[in-house]
Amino acid sequence: MSGAIRIATVATTEFRLAVRNRWVLLATLTLTGFALALAFLGSGPSGELKVDPLTLTAASLSTLSVYLVPLIALLVSYDSLAGELERGTLSLVLATPIRRTELLIAKFLGHLAVLALAIVVGYGIAALAVIERHGLGAHAAGLVVWFRLMATCLLLGAVFVGLGMAVSASCRQTGTAAALSVGLWLLLVVLYDLALLGAIIVDRGGLFTKTIFPFLVLANPGDAFRLFNLAQMDAGTPIAGLDGLAHSLPLPIGAALAVLVAWLGAALSAAVALARKITP
Amino acid sequence: MSDRQIVLKIADLTLRFGSFTALDAVNLTVSAGERVALLGHNGAGKSTLFKTVLGFLKPDGGTLTVAGARPGSDHARGAVSYLPEQVAFPKALTGTEIITHFARLKGVAPSRSIGLLETVGIADAADRAIGTYSKGMRQRLGLAQALIGKPALLLLDEPTSGLDPLSRGEFYAIIDRVAAEGTAVLLSSHSLTEVESRTDRVAILARGQLKADGALADLARAARLPIRIRVEAEPGRADAVRDRIGGDRINGRSVLLNCLAEEKIGLLARVAALGKDVTDVDITLPGLDDVYRHYSGIDLATHAMGDAS
Repeated sequence: MSGAIRIATVATTEFRLAVRNRWVLLATLTLTGFALALAFLGSGPSGELKVDPLTLTAASLSTLSVYLVPLIALLVSYDSLAGELERGTLSLVLATPIRRTELLIAKFLGHLAVLALAIVVGYGIAALAVIERHGLGAHAAGLVVWFRLMATCLLLGAVFVGLGMAVSASCRQTGTAAALSVGLWLLLVVLYDLALLGAIIVDRGGLFTKTIFPFLVLANPGDAFRLFNLAQMDAGTPIAGLDGLAHSLPLPIGAALAVLVAWLGAALSAAVALARKITP
Repeated sequence: MSDRQIVLKIADLTLRFGSFTALDAVNLTVSAGERVALLGHNGAGKSTLFKTVLGFLKPDGGTLTVAGARPGSDHARGAVSYLPEQVAFPKALTGTEIITHFARLKGVAPSRSIGLLETVGIADAADRAIGTYSKGMRQRLGLAQALIGKPALLLLDEPTSGLDPLSRGEFYAIIDRVAAEGTAVLLSSHSLTEVESRTDRVAILARGQLKADGALADLARAARLPIRIRVEAEPGRADAVRDRIGGDRINGRSVLLNCLAEEKIGLLARVAALGKDVTDVDITLPGLDDVYRHYSGIDLATHAMGDAS
C-alpha cells in the first residue's frame, strides 16, 4: 500500500515536471504535426487503391513512428536517474523508504504517461482529420487498424523509455546519458536496418536472405512494431523495402508482439539491475 | 547523556575503496537530543561516513546501527533524514510540491509537513518555483525536507556552507529546537569555529580515523595547548621585564610568553608584581583552529584545509 503511494507520488511528480519543462507540449506537437502532415499527404491515393483512407494513413504513420516514437521516448527518459544523481536529489530520495525498483517503475510510468498523451492526442487529431476529409470508407476496419497502431506505438515507446532508463542508470553524468541515448537510437532505428539491407544486397537472394534475415528483422523492436502493424492491414496497402516481409513472414505475426514485450522486459530488468549498483 | 537512548551507534567501522581506507575503525555514538559535529577537512571521510549510515555503502568491518536497525533497512530509513551538501531540487517545482513529494515518500501526511516551510522561514515563497529561490532559501527548503516526520536521526552534510552569518545563526537555532524535541543531530563541518557553542560534542575525523570525540571545552583542555601572554612594558623597561618573568622580547616594548592553563594565574601574579614597569597585558587563549589542528594532526602550512566558508 505504502509502496503504491510512493510509486504514484514519484510518477505524478515526473509527469508534472514533464509538463512544466514543456516536454509534454513538445512531444504532442511533434507527433500531431507529423501525423497531420501524413494524414493530408498520405491519404490522397486511396480512391484508386480501394483501401480505406485511415488504413492508408496508418501505413505511412507506422513507418514514421518507428523513428519518432523511440526518439521522443529516449529524450524523455535519458535524464531520469543520471540527472538526479548529478543534482544530488537521488541520495535524498534513496534515503527515504522508497525501493529502487519502486523508483524505477514510478519514473517509467511517469515518462510513459507523457508519451501516451502525445500519441493519443497527436494520432487522434490526425484520425479525425482523415475521417473529416474522406469519411470512414466502406467499413470501420480502418478504426481497428488505427487503434492497433496507437497501442503498439505506446508499447514501442515503452521499450525505448525502458532502454533510456537503463542508459540513465549506467551513467553518472547526464551528458554521457544523452550521448549514449542518441547512439542507441541511431543503432537500433537507423543503422540496424541499413546493415540488413546491405547484407541482402551482398547476398543476392542467397541462404542468408531466406533463412536468417526474417528473424533478424523481427528481432529489432522498431521493425517488429512496423511488421506487426503492416501485416494486419489490407493486402492492397502499398508497402516497400524491408516491409515486404510483412506478407511473407515465416512466423505467426504474434511473434512480433512477443518480441516487443521481450524487449520491454529486458530493458526494465537491465534498468533495475543497473540502478541497484548506483552509489548515490 | 548516558541515560538517553542511543540513536546512532558506530563501532569499529572500517570501509575501504580498493586499497584506500576511507574509514578506519571509527567509533561514534549519537544519542537522542544530542548535537554532534563531525569535523574534518575535505576527503577526511565525513561524506563516506554519512553514506554508510544511510546504507548506500557497505562497511568492510565493524557494526553500525540506526535506531537499533541495520542501515538501509525499512526501520532505519524511517528513522533517518538526510540533507546532502549539494542538492538542487527541480527548478520547475514549488517548495510546497517538494515538501508534499517527500512527505508522501516518507509516509507522512503532507498536511502535517507543510508547516515546516514556516519553521525554516520560507512560507512566503512556498508556491513559487524553486528556480526563483536564493541559495539560502534552497538550503532552508532542504532543511525543511529533512525535518519531515520528526526524524530520530538528522544527518546534515555541511549544511551551512555558503550561507551568510545571519542565515547560519537561524539555521542552528532551528537545529537546537529540533534537538530539544529529541532528534539526534549529526552534522559535518569544515570549521570548529563555526560549530562552537552550537553542538554538544565534537568528533574530529582525519584520514578516515576518529582523532577526538568530546565536548569542545574538554578537548581544548586535554590538548594542553599553550596560552599566549603579551606584556607591554614602559619604554626602555622591556629587557628588565623579560629578565624578571622570562619569555621573548619583541619590538622593543613587548615581552611574549607561552604557558599552560594551570600556570596562568601564577604567571599573571608575577606580572602584576612588576608594578609600574608594565603598562598592559594581553592574553590569547588557544584558538579553536589550533585545537582542531592539534587533533587532526594537520599542519595548515602544508595542507590546504577548508576554512569557515
